[in-house]
Amino acid sequence: MKRRDFLAGLAGSFALPRAALAQVDPLDPIVRAVTGGAPVRKGKVTLVLPQLADNGNSVPIRITVDSPMTEADHVRSIHLYSERNPVPNMANFYLGPRAGKAEINSRVRLAGSQRVTAVAKLSDGSFWYDAAPIVVTLSACLDES
Amino acid sequence: MRRARARLALAAAALAAGVVLAQERAIPPGELKSGSVFLGSDLRALQNDDFANPGMLWVERGERLWSELAGKKTLACASCHKDTSMRGVAASYPKIDKASGKLVNLEDRINLCRTGRMDAEPLRYESEELLALTAYVARQSLGLPIATRIDGAARAHFEAGRAAYHLRRGQMNLSCAHCHDAQWGKRLLSETISQGHPNAYPAYRMEWQTIGSLQRRIRACLSGIRAEMLPYGSPEYLDLELYLAWRAQGLPIETPGVRR
Amino acid sequence: MAARIQIPRQAKRGEVIEVRILIQHPMETGYRHDDVGHLIKRNVITVLSCRYNGVEVFRADLSSGISANPYVQFYTVAQASGDLEFTWIDDEGERGSERQSIVVKG
Repeated sequence: MKRRDFLAGLAGSFALPRAALAQVDPLDPIVRAVTGGAPVRKGKVTLVLPQLADNGNSVPIRITVDSPMTEADHVRSIHLYSERNPVPNMANFYLGPRAGKAEINSRVRLAGSQRVTAVAKLSDGSFWYDAAPIVVTLSACLDES
Repeated sequence: MRRARARLALAAAALAAGVVLAQERAIPPGELKSGSVFLGSDLRALQNDDFANPGMLWVERGERLWSELAGKKTLACASCHKDTSMRGVAASYPKIDKASGKLVNLEDRINLCRTGRMDAEPLRYESEELLALTAYVARQSLGLPIATRIDGAARAHFEAGRAAYHLRRGQMNLSCAHCHDAQWGKRLLSETISQGHPNAYPAYRMEWQTIGSLQRRIRACLSGIRAEMLPYGSPEYLDLELYLAWRAQGLPIETPGVRR
Repeated sequence: MAARIQIPRQAKRGEVIEVRILIQHPMETGYRHDDVGHLIKRNVITVLSCRYNGVEVFRADLSSGISANPYVQFYTVAQASGDLEFTWIDDEGERGSERQSIVVKG
């Protein structure tokens, strides 16, 4: 880790970044690329993150969507967004009725404390989201091994 | 200071007599805690998940390499170690190599087999191949207690390792003991200081985003206290590895561990 | 590029099964520097897909926001005996694939 990152991290661990306190607008331009401006409602989606991450390089994440996953009513895709990563759209997952269950588990990189948002697109064209805050701590020692 | 010196002299005398006093252990056997104890629940669960533990990618690669032919004699590890399990082997390292009389760790042992028996090139320290083979061999001792010997020719290395462990170094003027004997369990920023045990190595560290050897971990500590890092394979690291193994005597092997 | 796949060896027809994959890949972000200060080029797995007896049942666009040695877990309905085949490709155009078979009864 570089010294300036370490110092920045140190500062970050004492005060939540301003972005983490601000209300995330799920209709920001990046999300709009997926929704095409359609409304995104809170609900149906559950995003589970630890409240505190030991290390931002690998944070467990679980996204579930309340859906019967039938031919007529299922989740088409799940889109994952970070408000502090250099690449805000962390991943897109495409599923369908053959999934049987709308749940994805993975591990993500998070560049600091922030809110993470998951947006789901359903087969009826509606969009739903959930967001979760997380505090990401940095390691105490320099490591240039 | 004088008392410390006297204690050292006493310890040296006890060692010369071939006795290691129980009170010499800064952490008594009953209080030994693996590094996994100091992890958050997520990383601990990840380590115990035989599938998702990313270190298992290297264990599997090591398993494949084990039967891969190499060297001028076109032999594989498996050519000699046919039906013999490597279970228990890692728990006894570092140890004295009988042929050379030198102290070797598991990585050195694998390379001694390659150069001595297979007529193959040694694998570079911290190379993917050597990490994979080391992790594969160590994984077979999962759950077995560390049981290194410090008698005979190993004694001098143990002494040197203990001295290295207690030597103040770097811009922060700290020894290993200052953190891992005197302050373990306390917080250092967001982290809890561990007891500094070697029982999970090679381990997958989130900081590295890959697997690494115990020597790489020691180097990370040296870098943390802004001390000089010696090259991989330096005799001082080996001595230190032996002392660390003795300190952790009885702790079960967890390779591949998952660490911050 | 090595990978591990975990699915049940057998399942009942219609059963929802858990599918897990772990791929050995650095997911190099493109924001890190090497020892001499040069930027390390981005190299991440961009697309990961899973076909069940030839039919795509799952696909993911990944980015540098996914951890090194990516882990993905999802679900699929056991329909017939056969193979689940994973394929992926990274920024350097390197492709990987791995398959695992399943026996479906009933």
